[in-house]
Amino acid sequence: MSQPAKVTSLIERHRAAGARTVDFGGWEMPVHYGSQIEEHHAVRGDAGMFDVSHMTVVDLAGERVRDFLRYLLANDVAKLKERGRALYSCMLNQRGGVIDDLIVYFLGDTFYRVVVNAATRDKDLAWIERHSKSFGVTVNERADLSMIAVQGPNARAKVAGLYSAGHSEAMLALKPFSAAAVGDDFVARTGYTGEDGFEIIIDHERAPILWDQLLAAGVAPCGLGARDTLRLEAGMHLYGQDMDEDTLPLVCGLAWTVAFEPAERDFIGRSVLEKARDAGVTTRLAALVLEDRGVLRAHQDVIVDGKVAGKVTSGTFSPTLKRSIGLAQVPADLGERCEVEIRGRHIAASVHAPPFVRHGQIKVALS
Amino acid sequence: MSDVPEDLHFTASHEWVRVNEDGSIVVGITDHAQEALGDLVYVETPEEGNHYSAGDACAVVESTKAASDIYCPISGVISEINDALVDAPELINEQPYGDGWIMSIQPDNADDVEELMDAEAYEDSLQE
Repeated sequence: MSQPAKVTSLIERHRAAGARTVDFGGWEMPVHYGSQIEEHHAVRGDAGMFDVSHMTVVDLAGERVRDFLRYLLANDVAKLKERGRALYSCMLNQRGGVIDDLIVYFLGDTFYRVVVNAATRDKDLAWIERHSKSFGVTVNERADLSMIAVQGPNARAKVAGLYSAGHSEAMLALKPFSAAAVGDDFVARTGYTGEDGFEIIIDHERAPILWDQLLAAGVAPCGLGARDTLRLEAGMHLYGQDMDEDTLPLVCGLAWTVAFEPAERDFIGRSVLEKARDAGVTTRLAALVLEDRGVLRAHQDVIVDGKVAGKVTSGTFSPTLKRSIGLAQVPADLGERCEVEIRGRHIAASVHAPPFVRHGQIKVALS
Repeated sequence: MSDVPEDLHFTASHEWVRVNEDGSIVVGITDHAQEALGDLVYVETPEEGNHYSAGDACAVVESTKAASDIYCPISGVISEINDALVDAPELINEQPYGDGWIMSIQPDNADDVEELMDAEAYEDSLQE
């Protein structure tokens, strides 16, 4: 018999708001509160909020924590020079495959915070702990914390409006991909939607209070359904779909997150990536827009000249473009058009570079 | 709790049937079905004039979650389809028993409707 799903500090809020829930990585999470398309539009046009408390917050401390992270991660935390600055990175295995993607915050010379995915919590923690030992770094999973992501063009203003003048000012002064302690709260100008906004880490008791305040300020509750359509429009990766432990970051559109310079920095998976880079990478991640009715979905074949040439890794219907979009692993030299096999038929698709949408604006040329 | 109107007939695959006075039937999917599918983005309707046997897949509704076949509830000829669904598939979510109707069928045998579940039987089946 499987274990009952875990719930976050906001479960009663979700149920009271009529959320339809699903088991996501062992957590009972809201998929939508009525209409995921409406929730999607709320984020693109105004402000929406997501309970992301299921994600794993890990605090790392020690004299050698910076050295540790420079070895553990494919991106280089030495790039973070100001306190509060954050970095998006992959964590690789010895074969250069992606164990997880994550955000790391530089909070002090001996203190960094990492946020990893919910579904990969166990293997991520085991991996981090194992490699932390030789650096003498303490690994502290913050299971005492909840997280609410507020996203949209009006998100930051609505959040700041709930705080005192001093805190509000500090929050609004945050640059993109930066974080700060605001009172007892940890506020980061990060997100997974392609819109501006904050991700706020608070303790479990505070979370429902903040949620209610945000609700009263007109922020719409949004579920995992909208979260997926938003991130896909923004060209953002979903671990487990767009990449996994067998995927090198170089072949799935994450080469930009790998810091080969400085050359003296050894990191887990480096030698495998260097070999692959030097041999020439033959696939890339493309943004596909389906030209006819239908929905792109993971695992569909990409067809070029009548032959299978690649695979869709993520697909959905884009509420902003009003047609189906997807990310696909395709030949590096793929041109502007291809087909996708959907339920036995070959449907035409146009090929673009991600993202499809950023800050509410469509970024791909549509026919 | 999903809505199950008393005056309709139902199939195990979550289609509803309304019998018109002239013996033709109107077909759609139930409130339970639209809720399970989520926001619908495309509907593939059958061609008017085509004949289908009971149990034949004759239409498709597609949401971001999944594509789902709609099965012909009783044998007959498609007499009308709801054109509004082409541009507004969300009508099925908003009014599954009203403006979200999918097609009308002229049954081969008017009595075939009696083989379908009534509201109570369908409601019971949802509890299992």
